Amino acid sequence: MNNWQNFTKGFFKENPTFVLLLGMCPTLGVTTSAINGLGMGLATAFVLVLSNLAISLVANLIPDKIRIPGFIVIIAAFVTVVDMCMAAYLPSLHESLGLFIPLIVVNCIVLGRAESFASKNKAIPSMLDGAGIGLGFTMALTLLGCIREILGSGKIFNMTLYNENYGMLVFVLAPGAFIALGYLIAFINRIRKTN
Amino acid sequence: MGKKLESSFKNMVLVLFLVTLVSSAAVGVVNTLTSGLIEKVKIEKQVQAIRAVVPEFDNDPMADTRTVETPDGGTLQFYEAKKGGNLVGTAIKTYTNNGFGGKIWLMVGFNPDGTIYNYSVLEHKETPGLGSKMDTWFVKGAKGDITGKNPGTTGLQVSKDGGNVDAITAATISSRAFLDAVNRAAKALAENAQ
Repeated sequence: MNNWQNFTKGFFKENPTFVLLLGMCPTLGVTTSAINGLGMGLATAFVLVLSNLAISLVANLIPDKIRIPGFIVIIAAFVTVVDMCMAAYLPSLHESLGLFIPLIVVNCIVLGRAESFASKNKAIPSMLDGAGIGLGFTMALTLLGCIREILGSGKIFNMTLYNENYGMLVFVLAPGAFIALGYLIAFINRIRKTN
Repeated sequence: MGKKLESSFKNMVLVLFLVTLVSSAAVGVVNTLTSGLIEKVKIEKQVQAIRAVVPEFDNDPMADTRTVETPDGGTLQFYEAKKGGNLVGTAIKTYTNNGFGGKIWLMVGFNPDGTIYNYSVLEHKETPGLGSKMDTWFVKGAKGDITGKNPGTTGLQVSKDGGNVDAITAATISSRAFLDAVNRAAKALAENAQ
């Protein structure tokens, strides 16, 4: 696989949300609005790139039996750094995402990429893989957030489209997340099959 | 790529120790770099919340604070806003445990005569689209307008409970909790007037 494929596979062929069905917890939890989905996706992408880079560099120094705790500690360190920098320099964004940032540590996409890609590949492909998967994840979360925000509260990126009172509130709540995600996955798979 | 390090006991202990050491050192460095800024942002946020809920002032309300204990064991923070040495309002950081999603934190501003000047929601976990509307529902000119009202020691109630505040549509529990927090502050203010 060349570098370009390493980058683009995350968007469609191996999209973490629609195809691999990884990281469902943040996917369902944070996508109540498009902006939350976008922010969470970008924060995850940032951590993915950094952790993939670091892990691809040190993978050979970490014995096999303790690779999982080793990776988790590295990922947790990056997430904590991102969390603290965000709180200091982007307080408003940190406020709306505050709760979800620490959750990136246990996001199985990050550990999954470390385990299945970064630990077996060199630095540059690993970074591209992280960027691709991270942006694919961002795309999926933003799409789901848009759908839920439009149907649930009549807005998109906080711009009102129609009166909020006519929105279907269920789409903002948890059951709506499952319904919207289910239809989205079905739709994406339909496109994948016909191609 | 080189050969992988063998999973011997000595290697595993050494590598894990090094990984945690380097990681915690990195986190520590970033912490010392950002902790001052984070603290400043927090204080700035607090001052902004106070500024939003009391009339214009020229003192530093963060310095003119006192802590008041409530009968049920909680503590409320009073911030006194003064202009030219005269009290123009008191901002009270108050809470309730009765929210639909747990605790709600509010900053409520009172005029010196005990009427509500304004409020702002600091923290809540209410249902999006229902209880979360409380940040705009009770403001001046809105449906559940509480500004200008004087809860005193008896407190405000939603119309369902015989009071004169319209509850948020489909979110009576959140509305009750909201008023509970406001009433807690009003009661403490009435009982601890200077």
